Amino acid sequence: MLTIDRATYDAIIAHARRDHPDEACGVVAGPLGSDRPARFIPMLNAARSPTFYEFDSGDLLRLYRDMDDRDEEPVVVYHSHTATEARPSRTDISYASEPNAHYVLVSTRDPEVVEFRSFRIVDATVTEEDVQVVDSYPE
Amino acid sequence: MAVEVRIPTILRNLTGNQKQVQGEGDTLEALFADLETKFAGLRGRLVDDEGALRRFVNVYLNDEDVRFLGGLETKLGEGDTVTILPAVAGG
Repeated sequence: MLTIDRATYDAIIAHARRDHPDEACGVVAGPLGSDRPARFIPMLNAARSPTFYEFDSGDLLRLYRDMDDRDEEPVVVYHSHTATEARPSRTDISYASEPNAHYVLVSTRDPEVVEFRSFRIVDATVTEEDVQVVDSYPE
Repeated sequence: MAVEVRIPTILRNLTGNQKQVQGEGDTLEALFADLETKFAGLRGRLVDDEGALRRFVNVYLNDEDVRFLGGLETKLGEGDTVTILPAVAGG
C-alpha cells in the first residue's frame, strides 16, 4: 500500500493538470527505508510529449546526487497519462528501474475525474496497490 | 587508471550489493570490459548487441553525460567518477 499525505497527493494531481496535454513527471523522495513520500520534486518532462516522458539527463544526475546527500531514495515515481487510463503502459514497464518505488499514475483524460493509482513494478511484473491518503504522517 | 563507479539500485544485484565499485581503464569501453571481469553481466546492461551505449541508461563522467563527450570512447583519468543511472522514462 502507498500511504501519502494529502498535500503531496494534491500537488501531484495539480502538476499533471498543469502540464496537460503533455505528460507530467516527478518524484517524491523520502528517507532511506522509510517508505514515506516526504519531499515533492516535480521534474521537467524533457520529451515534452503527450505520449512520452523522460527526465532530462542533467536533472536526473542532480536529483540522484541530492537524494544521496540527504540519505533519501525515490519513494514515489509519478507521471501522467493524458488520454488513457492510469495504469502502466508497456513502455512504462520496460523502463521501470526502481524496484522499491511506488509507481504512481495519474490520468488527466477527464478534467472532472481524478484517477490516481499506484503500482509496484518489479522484474516487469506489475502489481496494483491501495492508496491511502492521510492528513499528515504519524510522528 | 583507477576510476570510481557508482552503481544504481537496479544493478547492485550484479555487484554483490555494492553501491560503489572500483574499475580500471583509460576509456569508458575499457572500464566496462574491466568491470565485466569482476561483475559478470554488468556490461550487457549498459551496452547493446551492436556495442553502443543503451538508449535508456545514462552514464556520466563526473558531472557530464558521456553522450556529450565521446560516448564509449570517452577518455578517463585517475580519480574520475563514473555514475550510472537508468533513465526515468516511459509512455
